[in-house]
Amino acid sequence: MNYSYYPGCTLKTKARDLEESALNSAQALGVNLVEQEEWQCCGAVYPLASDEIATKLSSVRSLVAAHEKGEKLVTLCSACHQVIKRVNHDMKTKEDIRDKVNNYLQLKEDYQGESKVIHYLELLRDDIGFEALAKKVKVSLEGRKIAAYYGCLLLRPKEIMEFDDPERPTVLEDFLECLGANVINYPYKTECCGGYLSIDKEKVVQKMVNNIISSALEQGAKEIVTACPLCKYNLENSSLYNKEDISISYFTELLAEALDVDVKED
Amino acid sequence: MSREKITPDITQKETVKISEISEENILDCLQCSKCTAGCPAIHGMDILPHQVIRLLQLGQVDKLLNSETIWSCASCFTCASRCPRDVDISKLMEALRLMVIRVKGSNKLKVEKIPKLLQKNMPQQGIVSGFRKYVK
Ligand code: SF4
Ligand code: SF4
Repeated sequence: MNYSYYPGCTLKTKARDLEESALNSAQALGVNLVEQEEWQCCGAVYPLASDEIATKLSSVRSLVAAHEKGEKLVTLCSACHQVIKRVNHDMKTKEDIRDKVNNYLQLKEDYQGESKVIHYLELLRDDIGFEALAKKVKVSLEGRKIAAYYGCLLLRPKEIMEFDDPERPTVLEDFLECLGANVINYPYKTECCGGYLSIDKEKVVQKMVNNIISSALEQGAKEIVTACPLCKYNLENSSLYNKEDISISYFTELLAEALDVDVKED
Repeated sequence: MSREKITPDITQKETVKISEISEENILDCLQCSKCTAGCPAIHGMDILPHQVIRLLQLGQVDKLLNSETIWSCASCFTCASRCPRDVDISKLMEALRLMVIRVKGSNKLKVEKIPKLLQKNMPQQGIVSGFRKYVK
């Protein structure tokens, strides 16, 4: 299976572990993720203002490239996923944005939101299937007490992300179960980590991440998995975070481990 | 104590601009406060999310433009996802921030801070997201 793959800037720099574990695991699963040529930074936040056009262009360029190849567009970083998926929705549903963007880009053919954008987790769940994935597990995570942390960007807004139930999501838990883990449930799994507030509002973020970590610890979790580099960074900056008590990793790192796939150490 | 019903006036210039940028209808809000109950960042806010809407309905935009609230909103979309009237406060917060930073020289994110953030291991995603507080 061939897919167009959009990495985004963080996966090439601070979150190389996320990319390497994901790409090597995909290979082991017989999935070919081909990095797009000349992809541009998505801007990391979906432009919420209705009158912004320029900040949507990089997403559209990637969407068009995937459309031209007739491939689904796969993302890994939660932020890239949110931005590209929402921009695609705009191109599908908002005539004024569609017209302005198409006029600007001068494409051979107008783009109208035809591409399908999926997150790596959706690739595992919907295209490969968790049952099939479970059969490929070589090193079971049996006995490991792991809590899933979703954050915001994959889940909300529900009508556009169409990812999972925004209040009671299960995809990460289902994924962990198929790797053999002992899944820990806790109430703060969909609560925001503070996101970009860590740039200038560290105190506000402290309280937010402490709520999440203490909630997971109280339920007996020893590990947390996430799909988002900024969530991971914020959680690891919590004053309650202590490697010995609880470790935080990308879901793809556990996937690589369970599939017994090598991931280069930095 | 006297109680009065106030009819919102949404015709003033700032309110119209905010409605245009956000494409949200502030009259849809019924002040149930579900948004505030679920907001994870209220400890950093001087005006609560449901009060933001009320002040908009009352035309007191200035208070909002000078508030800490608009800079403490994490754009987590929890309020929007739980609102029974489909009001998306994250878009109103963005419109308010833009009303401030679109004025020349008013960027909230100070670019001089960025080299230090890079040393701190902050992922690129965090820094690029921070440009939500910098006019494009
Ligand atoms: S949840 Fe919606 S209707 Fe209720 S106060 Fe907040 S914005 Fe208004
Ligand atoms: S988007 Fe902003 S106002 Fe709404 S719940 Fe999140 S932090 Fe609170």
